[in-house]
Amino acid sequence: MTRRHIALAVLSAATLALGACSAGDLGSSDDEGGGKVTLSFLADNQPETVKMAEGLAKDFTAKNPDITITVETRPQGTEGDNIVKTRLSTGDMTDMFMYNSGSLMQALAPQKNLTPVDDFAGQLDDNFKKSVGSDGKIYGVPFGNYMAGAMLYNKDVYDKNGLKVPATWDEFMANNAKLKAAGVDPVIQTYGETWTSQLFILGDYHNVEAASPGWADQYTKNQAKYATTPAAKAGFDHLQQVHDAGYVNKDFASAKLTDGLTKLAKGQGAQYPILSAMVSQLIADNPGSENKIGLFAIPGADAAKNGLTVWAPNGLYIPASTTGAKLDAAKKFLGFVAGPEGCESLGRATQPTGPYAVTGCKLPDSVPQAVKDMQTYIDKQGASSLALEFLSPVKGPALEQICVEVGSGIRKADAAAELYDEDVKKQAQQLGLEGW
Amino acid sequence: MATDTVRRAARERANASGPAPAGRKRSPYPSWFYLPAAIVYAVLFLVPTVTSFYFSLTRWSIFDSQFIGFDNYVTFFREPALVSGLWHTVVYAVVTSGLKVVLGLGLAVLLTSQIVGRGYLRSVVFFPVLVSTIGVGLTFTILLDPEEGLINESLALIGIQGPGWLTDPSYALMSVALVDVWKGVGLATLIYIAGIVSIPQEYFEAARVDGATAWQNFVKIVLPLARPATFTVILLSLIGGLRSFDLIWAMTRGGPGFTSDVIASVIYKQYQAGFYGLSTAGNVVLFLLVTAIIFPLSRYLNSKEVDL
Repeated sequence: MTRRHIALAVLSAATLALGACSAGDLGSSDDEGGGKVTLSFLADNQPETVKMAEGLAKDFTAKNPDITITVETRPQGTEGDNIVKTRLSTGDMTDMFMYNSGSLMQALAPQKNLTPVDDFAGQLDDNFKKSVGSDGKIYGVPFGNYMAGAMLYNKDVYDKNGLKVPATWDEFMANNAKLKAAGVDPVIQTYGETWTSQLFILGDYHNVEAASPGWADQYTKNQAKYATTPAAKAGFDHLQQVHDAGYVNKDFASAKLTDGLTKLAKGQGAQYPILSAMVSQLIADNPGSENKIGLFAIPGADAAKNGLTVWAPNGLYIPASTTGAKLDAAKKFLGFVAGPEGCESLGRATQPTGPYAVTGCKLPDSVPQAVKDMQTYIDKQGASSLALEFLSPVKGPALEQICVEVGSGIRKADAAAELYDEDVKKQAQQLGLEGW
Repeated sequence: MATDTVRRAARERANASGPAPAGRKRSPYPSWFYLPAAIVYAVLFLVPTVTSFYFSLTRWSIFDSQFIGFDNYVTFFREPALVSGLWHTVVYAVVTSGLKVVLGLGLAVLLTSQIVGRGYLRSVVFFPVLVSTIGVGLTFTILLDPEEGLINESLALIGIQGPGWLTDPSYALMSVALVDVWKGVGLATLIYIAGIVSIPQEYFEAARVDGATAWQNFVKIVLPLARPATFTVILLSLIGGLRSFDLIWAMTRGGPGFTSDVIASVIYKQYQAGFYGLSTAGNVVLFLLVTAIIFPLSRYLNSKEVDL
């Protein structure tokens, strides 16, 4: 009740103040402006994101005193998607905003709703350009770092059991057998947070692409299916094998991400398929584990073709509704973010957990071991590819539930792959793709 | 014998109230007094309902829509998760409704008898109804945790290895249903208490004169005369069970996998995924399902009602 009164008081005071100055002051405020611009910037409310956005805003204003940037936040996940889509479609978007790249960005209808920023193409890395491009134009600059969908592993446990990093699935399973005999949970799974179940499938995409090049295109055109492509179905098979062999931790059904990371850091579990960005949380929760945790790509059938599946950073976009002086200022800001100064600014705001997508930006030497391992894959020609969600707009929403079913022994891999193909069909039809 | 007495008494009471008035008396208020309420009702209920029937036949997004006939319904019924969701919904509704009737009646009989601390016990039974569903869901999720939950730890003390209540596919739906019963039985009890208290004392006195036992009292007087309360409880809890969503979402999100998905959570997930047409079609199916079950049931139950 009191809160409401205060809000009411503030509102009426603000109205009064506005009313008081609006009549005569219009001219003078223009004079005073002298080219000063204030830009609004919408970011999601994850603490790391907010730190990055505010760090960039501060450093940019320090160099360009005429432009101030105010950061607004929105929820993450689906609720955030709805906010972004609604504000874009009503022309009510902030002057700039941060949002996913890849298939989610494509769902914003970029040709209609976003301003192309081709001027910065020269500063960006090719994989990122693919994931913010549409019809030969690019629409955003990177906000953050690359991450990988890979296997994090405890190096101490590996050393103690005399294991070496596996390059094929058979080597991986052989390692698991030894780990199990040694009394360590070979593979950590955490279905208390369902999204963590998908890494065996999503993180396996480099291996799919290596076995049948161009798979993503055929998949988008409804010419290739998970159930009928052995390399693609392998992800589901792997998940089932790990469960059937009893290689997962006992509390897999209820454990959460934090539990999984702690198990890994403490060496109760040896390997955890997860996104590499989770390393920062692992280190924050378990100080001193920076160099104990390593990373390797999800192993596939062929050691020679094994490689890392990477996720492109989020993008920073300018909506079509930003015009005039604000558009110029916003482009200047994007130029700053897509340059070495932007990378430095980001590095000051948070610990980088993956390579930058801006050419000429180097990671500091102090990064955790897992990030160094990731860099080795990226530096090697042909040892990394973008995740499927950046190459194809088709991703079924029920994948996490299906993976939980396979990983818990409720559904077999074959049936799961077929079910996922059906799920994907709904997405393709909703997007109005050809051939579905 | 006792029933006869009851029936006769009921008939007499009905006659005593006199013949029904011949025609409806004209209301002293003009009909356009209905208008404000009618506009609100039309704008907020009728228009969305009718448009949702149309939009369930399209594939729409925030930007545009495309007419696709009955494709959404075809997809909906071909989807294994949706069909099992439909079945789970019915199971969930029947189980929660049945348990609420049985337990509610038992508790109401107990709480209308002369026991110590009756007022206190009544509020204890009713208390869960007042707590937020999400709060209840989260609390029980923690209590039912297979490894560290209080319930399994207590069971371990007496040497029983408790199952993964919410993580084992064969228990998840039933565990949530039981929590729903825990939360909702207070309301059923309240309705029953009201129903039992409103039974005139003469019947019990007459029964005592006839030498009826407590069991006979219950079966021949309380049960038939609390029938309106039973109908209310069945209807309310069945409707509630068919549309239940918040508790399930808070506790399992339909998981593990799809094993505790009900139709409302399936619809929600389709909406979340941006399949607006499909989720609209799901809502139409839910609407028809609830109507198809509740409407005839309510007609049937009402025709069985007796006057006190």
